[in-house]
Amino acid sequence: MAKDISTGYEPLTSIEAVTSGLATVGYISTREISTSVFLAHGLRKPILIEGPAGVGKTDLAQSLAKWLDLPVLRLQCYEGLDEGKALYEWKYGKQLLYTQILKEKLNELIGSADNLSQSLGKLSSFEDLFFSEQFLESRPLLTAMQQPAGSVLLIDEIDKSDEEFEAFLLEVLSDYQVTVPEIGTIRANVPPIVILTSNNVRELGDALKRRCLHLHIGFPDAARERMIVQARVPDVTESLLKQLVSFVQGVRETDVKKRPSISETVDWARTLLLMHANALDENFVRSTLNVLLKHESDIAAVSKEVPRLVREAAGPDKAGRTSSGYPDLG
Amino acid sequence: MERTLTNFIRALRSSEVRVSTGEALDATRAVALIGYGDRTLLKESLGCVLAKSEQEKQVHDRLFDLYFSHSESKSKSDSNNEEFQPEDGESQPAPENLIELMQSGDEAAISTAMERAAEAAGIDDIRFSTQVAYYAQQIVKQMGGEGLQERLLEALQGREPQDEADAQELIDIRRDLTMRARERAERAFDVFGAGETQQFRDDFAAEKRLNALDRYDMERMKILIAKIAKRLAVKHSRRRKKRNRGQLDVRRTMRANAGLDGVPFNVIWRQKKKDRPKIVAICDVSGSVAQYVRFLLLLLYSLADAVPDIHAFAFSHRLKPVDDILADNEFEQAMTKIIREMGMGSTDYGQAWSDLKVGHESIIDRRTTVIVLGDGRSNYGDPRADLFREFAQRAKSMIWLNPEGRPLWGTGDSAIPRYLPFCSQMSHVATLKDLERAVDEVLAAYG
Repeated sequence: MAKDISTGYEPLTSIEAVTSGLATVGYISTREISTSVFLAHGLRKPILIEGPAGVGKTDLAQSLAKWLDLPVLRLQCYEGLDEGKALYEWKYGKQLLYTQILKEKLNELIGSADNLSQSLGKLSSFEDLFFSEQFLESRPLLTAMQQPAGSVLLIDEIDKSDEEFEAFLLEVLSDYQVTVPEIGTIRANVPPIVILTSNNVRELGDALKRRCLHLHIGFPDAARERMIVQARVPDVTESLLKQLVSFVQGVRETDVKKRPSISETVDWARTLLLMHANALDENFVRSTLNVLLKHESDIAAVSKEVPRLVREAAGPDKAGRTSSGYPDLG
Repeated sequence: MERTLTNFIRALRSSEVRVSTGEALDATRAVALIGYGDRTLLKESLGCVLAKSEQEKQVHDRLFDLYFSHSESKSKSDSNNEEFQPEDGESQPAPENLIELMQSGDEAAISTAMERAAEAAGIDDIRFSTQVAYYAQQIVKQMGGEGLQERLLEALQGREPQDEADAQELIDIRRDLTMRARERAERAFDVFGAGETQQFRDDFAAEKRLNALDRYDMERMKILIAKIAKRLAVKHSRRRKKRNRGQLDVRRTMRANAGLDGVPFNVIWRQKKKDRPKIVAICDVSGSVAQYVRFLLLLLYSLADAVPDIHAFAFSHRLKPVDDILADNEFEQAMTKIIREMGMGSTDYGQAWSDLKVGHESIIDRRTTVIVLGDGRSNYGDPRADLFREFAQRAKSMIWLNPEGRPLWGTGDSAIPRYLPFCSQMSHVATLKDLERAVDEVLAAYG
């Protein structure tokens, strides 16, 4: 698929390149994630990312764009999202204004016409003018198609949109083109890298799924989580990092309604840093649990377990193993 | 290599991973991009192209390991091992070659030969576990088993002591060969057949009478119910959209176009609000009906996505709400607890209705569908049909699911005929299919 124009996707040469490239912008990828990104580019297919909230689904798109130095166009989906908000809209106000101005000039303009058909012809040529790109307000999908060097198109939380919108996306996602009836079909010179995310609020249609590569991002293992926190909160000390990550991993194994995800771990690391904590301490942990857990009942349940979890989190130094049973990689 | 991939995709399809032609093409392109060299990479890539959900991914990974474990030995030895090559057509390899091969103990060579024979026998067509023996036999035949058999017979007829030893050796070789062929056929069945057998069993379980299910079926039923719940949720959440009624919403249109000098460019239509389903399930948990209740409640609570508003009551003598028990416990534990707490005492429908009337009447309103699950056998007590009528008038509809067949309604202590006039619907529910249909209809009424 050699192309004459230069695209922004050249760095996507191999899976290793993706991993290391994403690492340069602070996104710790897994082999699975990198493989999907590499294939998405190679096969020109969108990636559909599923997984719990806060594990870095949206962040993957942002980081990818940052690394490739491409614009990222984000389309946040919600119930009732329609083409006008996603694709394009006519600038009614501007059209209206121009009509008003034209009204006064109308006599002048068609004055030179000899008969009715000629003046009609002149008028209709103005009509076409109104429905030109000048009056077209492009929304994320159309903008993504128009980027000369490619772009990263992030369609966030697609499961929140309606079925109709999902069906409408199919044209965009399979052909990378958009049809505006008054203008014609606008085709992307360089297809964007499309990333869709879903929290599984509702089951997506088969047609959409078939057009995408499927990627599930779950909770990270201890080693990867440490790397992520390290990348996001560089100031955190080695020993605290180890303890807080194994604490969070321990919390995930308990029976909580909403298990803390990576973003919560990062927030918590920042919190502990702000409080100048050097090691996990039962009181510290209790008072900051609300950063990690978002349900009152979860906080109450975990509060009881805090002494055990803190002991286990501090364990590796003494017992020589992490709570997850993996050899210590940090 | 194309064939390997196509057969793998066929195996996926037989295990309920729906792979379309387009996806198959994508898989080919992905393979062209990354090659067959790296096994884990291939697995991840195919997984991301072919599987479309977490569940399908698991099926894919399992099949991938099964399938490529033997195709690996085939592809590896394709290039470097040519000594044992059955000719095309019907001709069987000479028994000498087979015997030599088996005696050599060269695992790679043997498995290569086995793969070729398996392919020639059309092993990928295997569907049922009963076919394993047949295909094993075919593999042996393709490898020259008939020649071996002849040799064995010759040796057995011989009188020399040497013949005796030969015969024993041949018997060992044949046993070894048969065992390997069987193993190979079983593996093929795991890849290609297991999915369809599963499907067959599922269909069977869905048609089986609910009270005739044994422990072994319970796990399967739970998976089945989860599937049904998903199907119903997808079907009915789709219709929850408000529909245009073709009436102009003047207020909202004016507001939306205020910025455009009041010229109504954006026209907004009035919309019809839809009721969200609200279900109240009232379950008789006396011994005869308890098993059905288990499935109804499991199904209803699996539907939480489509029906957020569900309340359940259980009774045999006195009626109590069981929402809390269901929310706080694992389902099985909750059921045991409910039956232990409520299932004692003789069934009294009249008492149950008056309990409902006194404590919880307000829960039934015009949006509520009341589902009663019970046999209506009230031990000759007063059925209090007057209260039942009141509920029926308050509710959107009154659905009675009866585990007893129509001919039994009204026999003995059954008070069904007293309730029947006030029910929007009374249906006989014996199998999971019946249950699905009943719940489907309830949800459709809110469409």
